[in-house]
Amino acid sequence: MLEVRDLHVKFHNRDREAVAGVTFTLRDGEILGLVGESGSGKSVTAMSIAGLLPRKKCDYRGDVLVDGEDMLHANRSLLRKIQGNKIGVVFQEPMSAMDPLMKVGRQVEEVLVIHTDLGPEERKKLAIEALADVELPNPEEVYNKYPHELSGGMLQRSMIAAAIVARPSLLLLDEPTTALDVTIQAQILKLLVKLNKKHGMSMLFISHNLGVVRKLCKRVAVMQRGVIVEEGATNDVFFRPQHPYTQHLIECIPARVKVIARKRAEETEGGADND
Amino acid sequence: MKYALRRILALFITMILVSFLAFAAFHIISGDPARAILGMNATEKQLALLRQELGLDKPFLVQYFNWLLGFFSGNLGISYSYRQPVASLIIPKLQVTLVMVLISFGIIVVLSLPLGLRAAQKSGGRLDWLRTTVDQLCMAVPAFFLSILVSYVFGIVLKFFTPGDFPKMERDLTGALRYLFFAAVCIAIPRIAMAVRMLKSTIIEEMEKDYVRTAISRGNTRAEVLKKHVLKNSLVPTITFLGQTMAEIVGGSIVVEQVFGIPGMGRFLVASISNRDYPVVEALVVILAFWVILSGTVADLVGQKIDPRLRLGDRS
Repeated sequence: MLEVRDLHVKFHNRDREAVAGVTFTLRDGEILGLVGESGSGKSVTAMSIAGLLPRKKCDYRGDVLVDGEDMLHANRSLLRKIQGNKIGVVFQEPMSAMDPLMKVGRQVEEVLVIHTDLGPEERKKLAIEALADVELPNPEEVYNKYPHELSGGMLQRSMIAAAIVARPSLLLLDEPTTALDVTIQAQILKLLVKLNKKHGMSMLFISHNLGVVRKLCKRVAVMQRGVIVEEGATNDVFFRPQHPYTQHLIECIPARVKVIARKRAEETEGGADND
Repeated sequence: MKYALRRILALFITMILVSFLAFAAFHIISGDPARAILGMNATEKQLALLRQELGLDKPFLVQYFNWLLGFFSGNLGISYSYRQPVASLIIPKLQVTLVMVLISFGIIVVLSLPLGLRAAQKSGGRLDWLRTTVDQLCMAVPAFFLSILVSYVFGIVLKFFTPGDFPKMERDLTGALRYLFFAAVCIAIPRIAMAVRMLKSTIIEEMEKDYVRTAISRGNTRAEVLKKHVLKNSLVPTITFLGQTMAEIVGGSIVVEQVFGIPGMGRFLVASISNRDYPVVEALVVILAFWVILSGTVADLVGQKIDPRLRLGDRS
């Protein structure tokens, strides 16, 4: 469903390529983790997939195919038909990613306004359904709230609702839990697993935190300085890292978490445990 | 709604304070008004009689409250130099200035919004330097110079109006409005330049924000994002700016009225100050203060209508 082949992106104001030959595929219904520290090129990869690269400010080559459409070279009007409709994006900071002056419900509906001919009432119905889908307690109430009236966790749920309301086949999650505290983070991860199962949506989950990725993704790709240095089943990468950079990333996870993780992995033996 | 009531209450309290300060200040510096009116040759008896007539023999606070009540009943005291009620002297002049200021404000709003928007959209384009230069030039030009220029070009050369011969509004309304229009343009031009510059930078700043990227990721064009999201977000700083403008163009009108020979409030204020006509000055100071505070209050109220975050105070 998503195929990235030899993607290169170099911004004009940088010496080094932000993405220097990345290749990976994401199968239908799969959740793939993309891990790396800031500046490793993971967000630029996501932007290339979402058609959000500032094309005038960078050189780019390679292929980014989403259901066969080349997002890297498609013209603007084709891009706009895919954006929001086939690809939903959730960003890191829910507070700044939302228009502060527009009610949450209207922002959730926006994709439907752009991509469908639905009337206002049908749109509202779908928006409230989506808000309920992300397990917000009072979807009708949230619909009429302004972003500043909601907590970070509720906002990020609303952002996810806005991204999935048109049932895109691909959901890009660019550090969606980084700005949230740990308990909320865990809830959001659970929610994503549920949505993945319920709607069969493919997800690309980007994070600098391998521990978080492990909870969600069966397969993970580790990026460093614009290239994927290691790729494989999450548990393999997590317990038998081949690349020194991956080992370094794992060392950053607190020891206690690793012990628990190892126990759980042994219990479920082989497959990843999506708890 | 509660917020609006609170703001209006605050406006009244501020006005009472301002009026008290103005009254007290002129009470202290004005010396003996009776002597000022009657001159050095007046007898003690004549002075005492006039003081009684003007209420100057009463205690200070009583005088203040009588004067304050005058704002509601229209009795603002007697002008020293004209020996006429202050209210009947200033009302026609206030009318002239108010009309001029409103025309000017209208020009500012109507021109600066589209110009600012265009400047933001075309920013970085080939003509950006030209726009910026013209903008800075308009901002830097002093009002009196602009007034002289406009009087000369449109008054003397093109004869759209006769500089120095302001038609009475009651007799020739269109003539008076035409005259005021050219003065209003002189007041407006520097403010338009400022507004355009402000709007341009605000819009460009907003276009860089995260929510714009979100909106693009949903399939909006940049023009749609501008229309649906950015304009509204740019509106709050713009309205604050327009509120300040509303207050400041009254100050700007003083100079322009002088050059154009418009019998408005500014000119009258300057003349009254040099004549030490304190009842007139007092009244005008309070009216000016009211205008400034009113502009700010209205801008705040409109701003909080647009931006729900400014309504937070409502919860208390």
